[in-house]
Amino acid sequence: MSFIDYYKILEIPKSASEKDIKKAYRKLARKYHPDVNPNDDMAKKKFQQVNEANEVLSNSEKRKKYDKYGKDWEHGEAYEKAKQQQYANREQQYSSATGNYSEGDFSDFFESMFGGARQGSGRTQQKFRGQDFNATLQLNLLDVYKTQKQTLTINGKKIRLTIPAGVENNQTIKIKGHGSKGINGGPNGDLYITFHILNNTNYKRGGKNLYTKIELNLYTAILGGEITIDTLSGKVKLKIKPETQNNTKVKLKRKGFPVYKKEGAFGDLFVTYHVKNPTNLTNKEKELFNELSKLR
Amino acid sequence: MSSKKLIPLQQVCERYEIELSFIDTLNEFGLIEITYVEKNQFIALEKIHEIEKMIRLHHELGINFEGIDVIYNLLEKVSNLTDEINHLKNQIEFYED
Repeated sequence: MSFIDYYKILEIPKSASEKDIKKAYRKLARKYHPDVNPNDDMAKKKFQQVNEANEVLSNSEKRKKYDKYGKDWEHGEAYEKAKQQQYANREQQYSSATGNYSEGDFSDFFESMFGGARQGSGRTQQKFRGQDFNATLQLNLLDVYKTQKQTLTINGKKIRLTIPAGVENNQTIKIKGHGSKGINGGPNGDLYITFHILNNTNYKRGGKNLYTKIELNLYTAILGGEITIDTLSGKVKLKIKPETQNNTKVKLKRKGFPVYKKEGAFGDLFVTYHVKNPTNLTNKEKELFNELSKLR
Repeated sequence: MSSKKLIPLQQVCERYEIELSFIDTLNEFGLIEITYVEKNQFIALEKIHEIEKMIRLHHELGINFEGIDVIYNLLEKVSNLTDEINHLKNQIEFYED
């Protein structure tokens, strides 16, 4: 366990008064409170540090001990044994002055300071909201084409989750009350799940729409015809108009991706035709192409 | 007819140890909506999470009602901007391929 500079955390000098500590704590608590920084791990960590610093520095007894040992807190116990007698005497004085200081409290000094336990502070136990949990879930594009249920294990707890079709890459959803348990009867935290969606299909996704490229042979492009292409909802027959140009785009309505949380709604599929010229022409073919060129 | 679940306001106040006037003020600021059924006051169950948050902002951070309103508006903006960034990131990925 490394030393924590509570003064640095609260951005105050060692000479700060009780009023300064309170002011600094309130300012930083407002800045880093989880309710005003949703889904922000850094802010959450900062808020915990600020709380812990305030817990120690706003309590005159704890602050005295903290100031006394400072960076040498690890050696505090050894130091304490060496001066046992002297402390025993001092304890008597403290007991009479505050009425709530005992040998038992003192031996747990470091644990209470660094372990976050709130012992002997004499204050009403505050309710704290439980920590939020953050998780990432990697899915394939095809996995989010349909709404599906998954069971996740978060911190040893099984959570049944419905993943709505059409969820976006990097989208975060909140599962209320599935974070850490609240402290002293406070509400539970929430669980935030961020989806990382891998696209290993031939389709590009742009929100609710999908885009794909289809190769068209020269003869079908010029003379027209019919081709069958794959879509995510099955095979589709397409009529190719005669004299179709390279890079022609066609839109297949409702053959794209499902719209998030809009049941039955789908985007469109945009197909771009890439006309592929024949290669390795035979002499006869070359002859015919020559003839064709003369006609233009 | 709406089928949303309602909790008596009195019960909410007892559970969270808050004064009825606190909820009334939130209502006056348009931050929550009180439903009246035969002269009894209720809160929609789905809004409890929001009320918990407002209680914490008020009691833990000492934020007044105007402040809560401002925070809520800003959080909504942040949420919309985050969605927009996410959308734009996905669009960039789309064109980078």
